[in-house]
Amino acid sequence: MIRVQSADFDVGLELKKLTEGNHQIGAVATFVGLVRDIADKDTISAMVLEHYPGMTEKQLADIEYEANQRWDLNSSLIIHRYGHLEPGDNIVLVACASSHRENAFDACHFLIDWLKTKAPFWKLEETSEGGRWVEAKTKDDIATARWEK
Amino acid sequence: MKLLYFAWIRVKMGVSGEHIDPPKNIEDIEGLINWIKQRNPVSNEAFSDISNIRFAVNQEYVDIDHPVQAGDEIAFFPPMTGG
Repeated sequence: MIRVQSADFDVGLELKKLTEGNHQIGAVATFVGLVRDIADKDTISAMVLEHYPGMTEKQLADIEYEANQRWDLNSSLIIHRYGHLEPGDNIVLVACASSHRENAFDACHFLIDWLKTKAPFWKLEETSEGGRWVEAKTKDDIATARWEK
Repeated sequence: MKLLYFAWIRVKMGVSGEHIDPPKNIEDIEGLINWIKQRNPVSNEAFSDISNIRFAVNQEYVDIDHPVQAGDEIAFFPPMTGG
């Protein structure tokens, strides 16, 4: 399941819903991304996440489908927030449930690496000198490329 | 044809999108960008560094030589920074 929303999410509640009633699940791997208060030595007071409505949902659904093709998962969840966020706020949740840990870990890692470079989101950091767009990082491209077949 | 701009391209263009009716001889993204740029200095500046711009046609990522046609939704944006 995928969700793109401005509202916060409750990790515990989401994991409970993901596994509820399915006793084949023996492992859940999760990744939670949070807003930091520092970037490149500058203090960040807030972050604004812009996205491409419609395309975001389509791309997330496609990549979740691919993860389920590549790994044997019982269930999976991607929640990505947009809008105004502050340090400490949740940005993204990826959770993958499987019978055993290997599939859960790998699928979760694949999905967050992919989200970093291929999901149509753009981050604007608010600093004391005004807003600045976060630049894409080469190391994130390398991390994503690792999963290419 | 519907154009959409995101992040700093949106800021530079001053609008989040526009409906356009480009000349019939425009065949691909590259041709479209060249046409957009020659319209006015604002557009020319926003699209001055194509190496920092990515494209989608009808919500799928495409390369610069991808064909475009009437009715397409074409989006321009910087490299993504999600997650």
